[in-house]
Amino acid sequence: MSVEAPVREAAPVRRSRAFGSLVRALGISWVRDRSQVFFNLILPGMFLVLLASVYGSGETPTPHVLEVGDAPVLEQAEPGAFELDGAADLDAALEALEEGDADAAVVQDGDEVTVYYSQTNATNGTIALERLSGLVDDVNVAVLSEAAPDAPVLRLETDAAEDRSLEPVQYLAPGILAWGIAISGVFGAAGTLVDWKRDKLLRRLRLTPASAGTFVAARITVSLLVALLQTALFLAVAVAMGLELSAWTWFAVPLVLLGTAAFLAIGVVIGGIAKTGPGAAGLSNMVTMPMAFISGAFFPLAAAPQWVQWLSVVSPMRYLNDGLQAVIVRGESPVSVLPEVGVLALFAAAVAVFAWKTFKFDEL
Amino acid sequence: MDAAIEVTDLHKTYRGRRVGEVRAVDGVSFRVEAGEFFGILGPNGAGKTTTLEIVEGLRRPDGGEVRLLGRSPWPHSPELSQRMGVQLQASSFFEFLTVREQIETFAELYGAGRDRAAEMLDQVGLSEKAGTRCEKLSGGQQQRLSIACALVGDPELVFLDEPTAALDPQARRNLWDLMRSINGEGRTVVLTTHYMEEAEALCDRVAIMDSGRILAVDSPAELIRGLDAPTRVTVAAGQLSEARVKELAEGGTATSDDEAVVFETRDPRTLLTALAADGALEGLAVRTANLEDVFLHVTGREWRE
Repeated sequence: MSVEAPVREAAPVRRSRAFGSLVRALGISWVRDRSQVFFNLILPGMFLVLLASVYGSGETPTPHVLEVGDAPVLEQAEPGAFELDGAADLDAALEALEEGDADAAVVQDGDEVTVYYSQTNATNGTIALERLSGLVDDVNVAVLSEAAPDAPVLRLETDAAEDRSLEPVQYLAPGILAWGIAISGVFGAAGTLVDWKRDKLLRRLRLTPASAGTFVAARITVSLLVALLQTALFLAVAVAMGLELSAWTWFAVPLVLLGTAAFLAIGVVIGGIAKTGPGAAGLSNMVTMPMAFISGAFFPLAAAPQWVQWLSVVSPMRYLNDGLQAVIVRGESPVSVLPEVGVLALFAAAVAVFAWKTFKFDEL
Repeated sequence: MDAAIEVTDLHKTYRGRRVGEVRAVDGVSFRVEAGEFFGILGPNGAGKTTTLEIVEGLRRPDGGEVRLLGRSPWPHSPELSQRMGVQLQASSFFEFLTVREQIETFAELYGAGRDRAAEMLDQVGLSEKAGTRCEKLSGGQQQRLSIACALVGDPELVFLDEPTAALDPQARRNLWDLMRSINGEGRTVVLTTHYMEEAEALCDRVAIMDSGRILAVDSPAELIRGLDAPTRVTVAAGQLSEARVKELAEGGTATSDDEAVVFETRDPRTLLTALAADGALEGLAVRTANLEDVFLHVTGREWRE
């Protein structure tokens, strides 16, 4: 049979149009996959709420103080320094201390102020003791200053080191965000590659006029967009939990993108090894779980044993965590996180090269 | 007539740790004319898909040459991809997309519009399923969508890799009609299949492939004629005397058991006329040679599906 070859323009589809439609198609599949939405967008926020409540609010508790009889010194206390209650007598007060119902009891006999503080609730007892002794000092200084206005007195300004260190939401938020970025990247890339091996989607797309490169770029773009969305949502939750964002918070964007690139590369290595979806998930867990623990994602790294801190040097999650911590919480300028940026970039590049060299493209 | 595809002495060997060396394609040559419906027929593992993947430009051969519409399919060229449509064995869809979204995405990749996408859905009979998610489609519907995606760029050359595998007979017949119409539009179609009757029903020419080699290429009718095989005529036992059976078997053979008498003859017309005259047509079955016999002849072993 003879057929006239149809006249047609063999003009390749404009790359940008192909790229746009691929991003849209992959984006729609992502959004419709409920488990993805939960895993990437909701889980990190849930972790933050959970862990922050486990570690406590971080605010110094107001000690509960019992006034045995009449203790005029307490009248000089700043409002809100103590939660005050009266007690009938010393025995009743001591019993309350023993039961843990109060943190301290105060007895004043003329110039003699006696403080009984709780051992049952040692932390609150100590706080009560400190504040009461501070109160007595303040009263003394006031009395002496009045008697001798010219005599210089030493004033002690206290600033608890505790308050300089980070509150739970402050150290948890960057860590959990880094963890969220990591699991999205690793699981996302590994899972996608296993799907492509099964469905041969990439193979099919290689046979369209759009190049495989355009397709891979579209997939990476979707991952980066997801990471940004995840970051925005997560920070919203963190702010609701009391996190104050520094002015440099915007620099989290390049950090998150770079981190995502590094974790996608790790995911590609895993996706190259794994044959099935559960296999890919298992391997991804094997990589991300230990990484989270050695990177200070869920607790301050300073509290970890020395060997963990050494080990964390090889974990990209640590650098992402440190970088995010610096710009979001500590308000340090982007210049100060350049080392983290450098390490993340190097790491991403090295793993990407490794993935490229070892990946069996025939399987796709 | 221009050749749409010219394949010369193709070789491809896989090396695996467990399987050792496998010569998947071992010196394959064939030529497909423009507008032809060409079939590659062979059992699973014969090397059909590897051959097709090399021709499409998905794999690089270890040796040999492919000319596709006059040029090499490797490396990938957008101009060539624009002129060919491909349906792979796995249903390669974007997950969670509806039928319409799927075909429209492919349409955009080929630079075609939404009208063309809708037209394709209509041609493969999936217009009513446009809003359905792809994973909810039946096997046959998925293959139809896959073919629609292959056609959406209005290709000159269409590759179909076992489109009817794992389909029920009804769905398979429906797909046959679709494939005929694709070829009827003037497109060159290359089909791989392991169904004999499918190759016989659809293909202008068939290459029979086994163990990485092409053993015969011709039209199904010529392949069968070339066998010069006898026709087998079967009737139920008990209608003919032993002497009459011997008489009728003249020039051929006859075997009988309790159930049936089987004649093998090169002159079926005379035999059938005589049987009709004897009124011995109960349980009649006439079987001429088919591609299965051709396969047996060229490979020396039974067909296995």
